[in-house]
Amino acid sequence: MEMYDVVIVGGGPGGLSAAYSAYRNGAKKILVLERDRELGGILQQCIHNGFGLHHFHAELTGPGYAGRCIDLVKDKPEIETMTDTMVLDVSQDKVVTAVNPQQGLFTVRGRTVILTMGCRERTRGAIRTAGERPAGVFTAGAAQRMVNMEGYLPGKKIVILGSGDIGLIMARRMTLEGCKVQAVCEICPYSNGLTRNMVQCLYDFDIPLYLSHTILKIKGRDRVEGVTVAKVDARMRPIPGTEFDIDCDTLLLSVGLIPENELSRAAGVEIAPFTNGPKVDQHRQTSLPGIYAAGNVVHVHDLVDFVSDEADIAGKFAALDAQGRLEPVVSTVAVKPVDGVRTCVPQVLHLPREGEATRLFMRVGAPARKVTLEVKCGGEVLVKRLFPVVKPSEMITLDIPADKTAIMKDEITVGLKAD
Amino acid sequence: MEFFRETDVVVIGGGIVGTAILRELSKYDLRCLLVEKEPDLSIGTTKANSAVCHAGFDAPAGSWKAKTNVRGNALYHELQDDLDLDIKWCGSLVCAVTDEQVEQLGVLLERGKANGVPGLEILTGDEVREKEPNLTTTKAALWAPTAGVMWPFGAAIAFAQCAVQNGAQVLRDCAVTGFVKEDGRVTIVNTTKGAIKTRFVINAAGVYADKVARLAGDDSFTITPRKGEYILFDKTAAPDLVWGIVFPCPTRTSKGILVCTTTHGNTFIGPNANDQDDKEDTAVTPAGMEEIIAGARKLVPNLPLGAAITEFAGLRAVSSTGDFVLGASPVPGFLNAAGTQSPGLSAAPAIAEVLVEALGKEMALRKKCNWNGRLPRKKAFNKMSASEKKAVIAGNALYGRVICRCETVTEGEIVAAIHEPVGARTVDGVKRRTRAGMGRCQGGFCGPRVVQILARELQVPVSSIVKERAASHLYYDKFTGGGTEGGK
Repeated sequence: MEMYDVVIVGGGPGGLSAAYSAYRNGAKKILVLERDRELGGILQQCIHNGFGLHHFHAELTGPGYAGRCIDLVKDKPEIETMTDTMVLDVSQDKVVTAVNPQQGLFTVRGRTVILTMGCRERTRGAIRTAGERPAGVFTAGAAQRMVNMEGYLPGKKIVILGSGDIGLIMARRMTLEGCKVQAVCEICPYSNGLTRNMVQCLYDFDIPLYLSHTILKIKGRDRVEGVTVAKVDARMRPIPGTEFDIDCDTLLLSVGLIPENELSRAAGVEIAPFTNGPKVDQHRQTSLPGIYAAGNVVHVHDLVDFVSDEADIAGKFAALDAQGRLEPVVSTVAVKPVDGVRTCVPQVLHLPREGEATRLFMRVGAPARKVTLEVKCGGEVLVKRLFPVVKPSEMITLDIPADKTAIMKDEITVGLKAD
Repeated sequence: MEFFRETDVVVIGGGIVGTAILRELSKYDLRCLLVEKEPDLSIGTTKANSAVCHAGFDAPAGSWKAKTNVRGNALYHELQDDLDLDIKWCGSLVCAVTDEQVEQLGVLLERGKANGVPGLEILTGDEVREKEPNLTTTKAALWAPTAGVMWPFGAAIAFAQCAVQNGAQVLRDCAVTGFVKEDGRVTIVNTTKGAIKTRFVINAAGVYADKVARLAGDDSFTITPRKGEYILFDKTAAPDLVWGIVFPCPTRTSKGILVCTTTHGNTFIGPNANDQDDKEDTAVTPAGMEEIIAGARKLVPNLPLGAAITEFAGLRAVSSTGDFVLGASPVPGFLNAAGTQSPGLSAAPAIAEVLVEALGKEMALRKKCNWNGRLPRKKAFNKMSASEKKAVIAGNALYGRVICRCETVTEGEIVAAIHEPVGARTVDGVKRRTRAGMGRCQGGFCGPRVVQILARELQVPVSSIVKERAASHLYYDKFTGGGTEGGK
């Protein structure tokens, strides 16, 4: 069985960034396995711009960002990539079983493995929308692939449920393709997309946004013929008497993303609640030694730049681990989100004696203004940062210097304090 | 007069009952033809039901339902290997959660014994929990070891393929529009594809069976559609929620809301039972979903509601006679296999025997000497061993390309499903034959690729590929000429 320093499952921005980082940190034999026909992942269908401002300090399109990532790994004898290759199994002893039309079924072993499978979209079934099951109900990402990569339209008169970023982007995209976007409905009283996408994709095109509204019923038996919409109360229950119909032939769903962890679960990786991704330490090592994870498979990101940042970390430490160069761990500290912080990655810190500079990635539970994010240990505030605005849709970060981690014991809390 | 086809027997309806009859007919020296109004087989009641092969203790002794259910169950045990059917013989439990229901179990047990159901047994609550630990509210249950869950569309398609391999014909997209009679006897079936000259007609038209009978002049029964709604869960979310089939105690109209496993390890809850006039309305409703959730919770309090992957509804064909309507009708040459609500799926192979026996009373039937009842094996890629996977890819590289990620369905399997006898021509047709799109992402990833494979293999434009019925188009060509003009 062929042996690699690092085997990476998934060749999107996470996998490619991890591969490049592993290479820079001394890994000599790296394999990236990608199931699609080309590298770059979902970015290849995101033909709009706005990517890369943080990571590459340039405004790129999705394929542009993917191209930068691909350029980093190509022509390097240390990095091998395989496309059209589906990983079927990852075992605890880091044997990866995969299949493709050229090599057939094969296994490779990694000294370390990095999981970068990304995420998938929540479907109609998950939100239990009533009605028939006609053609014309698509997840926004599936529609995006069809429009941008395959060259077909999913429909002509569109309603979008959910104001996540993909939904907003698709509202603009379908309009530019000559379709009529009738409305975007959002069950929350606030948008779940980035502010810039609200402005550039809805307001600039006069597309109506119905906040605190949901779709009660999909009409049409063979093809979508319309939707019934209603206002919801504070507990997100439809308010009787507020129903109205919108005529459409297509319903696009942008109702959330789910980290794709079937391989992780089957391998026995511990999955954290709320993020629905592997529980990881600050190196992005999972509960299984030598198996790392990064990007949307760990927790859903808002910006690909953060995916690359996180994959840089996973790639670096997986490479050091493969070379036996990880520093010995002397203390374990649990990271607990409290008071308005919904999720925090990493969930645990494995610290060497002198501590280690660490960045925390968090999502809040509800929008708030002028709040202070505090990291506390035993009642003492170790680090804090003021945020003028926080939103559930936008990830926030906090850097903890090495000297502060060195004094942590057992557990730290990360919470918001109103000013 | 010009005929589009000339046959001995026309079977109307390509659900589980019609296809089972066609297979049974194909054993005899007959020209037989099945017509189905939709683009694919098994997309009426056969598509949306509990997929349970019942043991046969529900219906009163002596009824068609009782006789054909017990016989049908036994036949499926025999047919499973020949037709490579997906059936999991997991057994069923009817659970009593109140003292009155415990008494009801005794009635069911006696009825089951009278119907000839083997192996029935009443279990205590603790004995039940040895089998099903999550049935915390159950006081006692009727255990039926011969019940199973099956892959109903696979069975209908296999019946049809077996018939076709023995010379029968299947016409899809072929709706019956009327009959022509000579001396009171049906001799011609008019369809949307043309007139078919025939000696006999067997009506297995599901919820439309009364309409078809009416066209032939038989008004001896009516069919009321009874809607049942379901919620299906992801298989990884709660693989051990239940291992088998869990019924509540039955009511007058229905066997009640189940918590049940499937052949592929998903769990579902449902169905409710609501009569309606509309033969087309299979919409799921908010009230219906609440009803089945509440019903299922009586048996299993902790349901994995967050792991729902789809909701659907089907229509049972409930006859005004209270039983299946089987055999000769008042109209010579016209036979019925109608009102085949539950246990119609379980009974189908036995219903087929009943119909052929009835036909035998009206014409001489001669068995073929070269009838072949075995279908070629079709092992799913994800059930193959490593060496089997290597071998199949070595033979055809398309088996190395995974199209459906959730269910690990390969391009090789999809192409085979398109080109097999009575092959898939629609996206849902591919789904029923391969499971592509049946997983947790519900076709989000593989749907567009399945469309493209269908278009390529059938040599038609992508924009002509449909999801299910003729008007269920999925994708359109882009507007040409630019600007927003096209959108108007």
